[in-house]
Amino acid sequence: MATGTTSIEVAAPTGVDDPGPGVARPGRRPRLMFLRNPKALVGIAILAVFAVLAVLGPWIAPYDPNQVSRDLLQAPSGAHWLGTDHTGRDILSQLIVGTRGVLVVGLVAGVAATALGVVVGVTAGFVGGAGDETLSAVSNVFLVIPQLPLIIIIAAQLPSAGGITVALVIGVTGWAWGARVLRAQTLSLRRRDFVEAARATGERTWRIVLAEVLPNLTAIIAAGFVGTVIFAVLSQVTLAFIGITPVSEWNWGTILFWAQNNLALQRGAWWWFVPAGLCIALLGMALTLINFGIDELVNPRLRSTGMHARTLRRRGIRPRVGFTPVVRAGRPAVETSEEER
Amino acid sequence: MTGPVLEIRDLRVDYGFGDDPTHVLRGVDLTLHRGEVLGLAGESGCGKSTLAYAATRLLPPPGLITGGEVWLTDREGNRNDILGLTDAQLRAARWRDVAIVFQGAMSSLNPVFRIGRQLTDGIRAHRPGLSARDLEARAAELLEMVGISADRLRAYPHQLSGGMRQRVMIAMALALEPQVLLMDEPTTALDVVMQRQILEQIMELRDRLGFSVVLITHDVSLLVEVADRIAIMYAGEIVEEATAADVYRRPRHPYAHGLLGSFPPLHGPRRELAGIPGSPPDLQRLAAGCPFAPRCPHAMDVCQQVRPVLGPPRTGEARRVACHLHGADLPGDVAFPAELAR
Amino acid sequence: MSFFLRRAVFYVFTAWAAITLNFVIPRLLPGDPVTALIGRMQGRIDSGAEQSLRVLFGLDQDMSLWQQYVEYWRLLLHGDLGLSFTHFPTPVSDIVAQALPWTVGLVGISTVVAFLLGTAVGTGIGWRRGTWADSLLPITTFFSAVPYFWLGLIAIAVFAVNLGWFPSSGSYDRGMVPTLSWEFVGSVVYYGTLPALTVVISSVSGWVLGMRNMMVTVSSEDYVTVAHAKGLSSRAVVVGYAARNAILPQVSSFTLALGFVVGGTLVMEMVFSYQGIGYTLFEAVTTHDYPLMQGCFLVITLSVLVANLVADFAYAALDPRTRQEG
Repeated sequence: MATGTTSIEVAAPTGVDDPGPGVARPGRRPRLMFLRNPKALVGIAILAVFAVLAVLGPWIAPYDPNQVSRDLLQAPSGAHWLGTDHTGRDILSQLIVGTRGVLVVGLVAGVAATALGVVVGVTAGFVGGAGDETLSAVSNVFLVIPQLPLIIIIAAQLPSAGGITVALVIGVTGWAWGARVLRAQTLSLRRRDFVEAARATGERTWRIVLAEVLPNLTAIIAAGFVGTVIFAVLSQVTLAFIGITPVSEWNWGTILFWAQNNLALQRGAWWWFVPAGLCIALLGMALTLINFGIDELVNPRLRSTGMHARTLRRRGIRPRVGFTPVVRAGRPAVETSEEER
Repeated sequence: MTGPVLEIRDLRVDYGFGDDPTHVLRGVDLTLHRGEVLGLAGESGCGKSTLAYAATRLLPPPGLITGGEVWLTDREGNRNDILGLTDAQLRAARWRDVAIVFQGAMSSLNPVFRIGRQLTDGIRAHRPGLSARDLEARAAELLEMVGISADRLRAYPHQLSGGMRQRVMIAMALALEPQVLLMDEPTTALDVVMQRQILEQIMELRDRLGFSVVLITHDVSLLVEVADRIAIMYAGEIVEEATAADVYRRPRHPYAHGLLGSFPPLHGPRRELAGIPGSPPDLQRLAAGCPFAPRCPHAMDVCQQVRPVLGPPRTGEARRVACHLHGADLPGDVAFPAELAR
Repeated sequence: MSFFLRRAVFYVFTAWAAITLNFVIPRLLPGDPVTALIGRMQGRIDSGAEQSLRVLFGLDQDMSLWQQYVEYWRLLLHGDLGLSFTHFPTPVSDIVAQALPWTVGLVGISTVVAFLLGTAVGTGIGWRRGTWADSLLPITTFFSAVPYFWLGLIAIAVFAVNLGWFPSSGSYDRGMVPTLSWEFVGSVVYYGTLPALTVVISSVSGWVLGMRNMMVTVSSEDYVTVAHAKGLSSRAVVVGYAARNAILPQVSSFTLALGFVVGGTLVMEMVFSYQGIGYTLFEAVTTHDYPLMQGCFLVITLSVLVANLVADFAYAALDPRTRQEG
């Protein structure tokens, strides 16, 4: 969902006559390759840390996040590692306890949106014709309508906009991106030999979809899921920050809500609003890195093929399109460029 | 008019910048003479396209040239190693001395520029003094030369048919009257009738303009018709090189023989299509011996251990072949296959 | 069907869908907050305005849904979006009309600047793959993962509170009378700089990454190789062949991402108390001003549609394949 950062969106519509991004090729083991991808590994590691915090949060937090104390607006110290807020509540504890809320909403919204996206996208791509036209039009409408304002007005009019409610609202409004990408991929898959063959042998449609189409969409579904989780986390934190979700439910946005409303900025209480934002950024970055990993798996052109800056420098290679580097063994690299430094 | 115009010496190319690259070209030697049509054939993945790209240093990352020389003799008779040129020199030599027609006629043209602009921007880069009117006139002349009316200059690529696009590419390649025209599967995407028309046109233009051609294709029967000489590639090496007639009538390498058997002859009696059993080797895991040995019907013990060198056969014919069957030290007890001794 | 006709049909359809969504949402959600508010305003609200609110929020039980829908459209076509509760009795349309230019100015300009800047930087990074330029990627990744409003908070803390270079909120010096004088314009620019910079910094990374990936993909297209083979200067190859084609998907992802970006930047207005649509929406939400909320959503959506339309025209201008048949 991050603005056009996934190449999948771009690769998919052209994938019709391409060998096909996102299609598992026999002989390669995509899963293993994914785990060898350093970007994806870093992302998974960060995510794992947050997951542990989310599960164990209430037990490992040093204080009850709601417990007021006499240490009002204290800077970080030995007793309060990340300081306290205007009523003396411990901010580190709020952060740790709030992790669960963030991850649960992200997960629920991601699952809901992905499920809707898969159903709409694959159906549209597979049935074709009028059904496809209708479903595509609907998902394009949902793509164009700005989601955050839509989520805001829905959540603001709900009697109680708790975490799960917000997650479902995000899921219901945020499926269109995935649906669009999946439709394009399904369309190109539908014309592949193995699907055609399955159709020709009279295989049932739902079986073709389950057995032939969906497995080949795994990477794209995963990327869409991760993208939606990023978007859901950002939206939910934003909603909490604006004060739409109940302020009693801790998540990172709630901390920022309290900070903003109690003039943390003007008071110079950086420990109040900096850590929460960094946590969001870190989580978002972890998810983005995982998506890069998936991306490179799907679009081989993005893969770096051993192009690590250090190796290249050591061997004296300057990779350039249009001017293949010449590195003769035993002789220094031919340094040919004068103008392109 | 018979001297060499392009000499490729021991060209080596790796794929992958890391510590475990794939060796896709393993010491290729090839000479192109003036005015000659040299055919380059082999199964897909044998490195024939890589050869064309590497010789012009157009191989995209992670391609890496790890050794060899590519000597180009320009019109003034100066001999330069393309691999040693600076960027500016290389840019100047490209298109003026060596032009290329690529495989995908569909994707070789920039979809957002008009044909006219794409024909003229190459000329302008090399002859900056030319006026807009001269450029336009030259572009029109080029189009007419390949049988397309000049009013198509204002067309966008998507408005042309596949055959027309490939003709535009040819016209573009001849814009500066290069000495060498490299053509990588120029007709693969076209139907048979169009293939013939275009090839005939190229040959006619060659007679008129006098450039040399390297024609790369997997279709040997096509080469037999138009090429003067044919080189057959296998697993990043040239395994046989001879005149077209010799390759066709008397292939010496078992692979060349098999390759010829996979296509129907254009003339003469029909014969059974044989094909070659097995598939090309994985270049990442190449054994010590002859790369073709695992698929070769005549493989001997020596073939498993020693890589054969490309050289003249024992018979002393004017051709080169890389096969132990034709080596000087062929053991006497080996029954020489009759089809390779015609 | 030609490109333009198809797009026109799509936009009309989307506008209809958005307006209908605006009609459906208050009726679909449980609870009836508006009735209570009307009750509180009893006596101060004139009957015509009350009727509008009843139509907009579906409080008239004796009308069929279809009648309500027709009536709703009639009101919209007259520009009647009901009355704001917070700014009683100002019509919602007046408030929105006042806020919109500020948003168009701030969010519009900074979004376009971010797009152009990001595309330019992405072109450079994509072209120099495997060089130092790649080390810019982690930074852009970080920025693309940060919530926009948090960057706003940081910007205020650093540049407004600590350094005192810029004001922390508002859109012009309140001591001034809004006129078309140099002084006033200068004040608007001064107040707008920090929010605009923050919008640019937070949204630019998405465009950088998108363009970088497209450049990498396009660089291996045959026509780029042909351009190199022709011996064109590297400038001509990068600008005319690689970037010229990579920008096409970039523009279409601009149209797709616009809703997302605008949503994020509207929150920025809330952080900076900048008197645009986003801030108005924020006010409406905190004061439970439902008519104003609905009005804001409608205007935001329609504005995004217009922006999309413009981007589509730009795409058509850039890609000859959309312009001509054949």
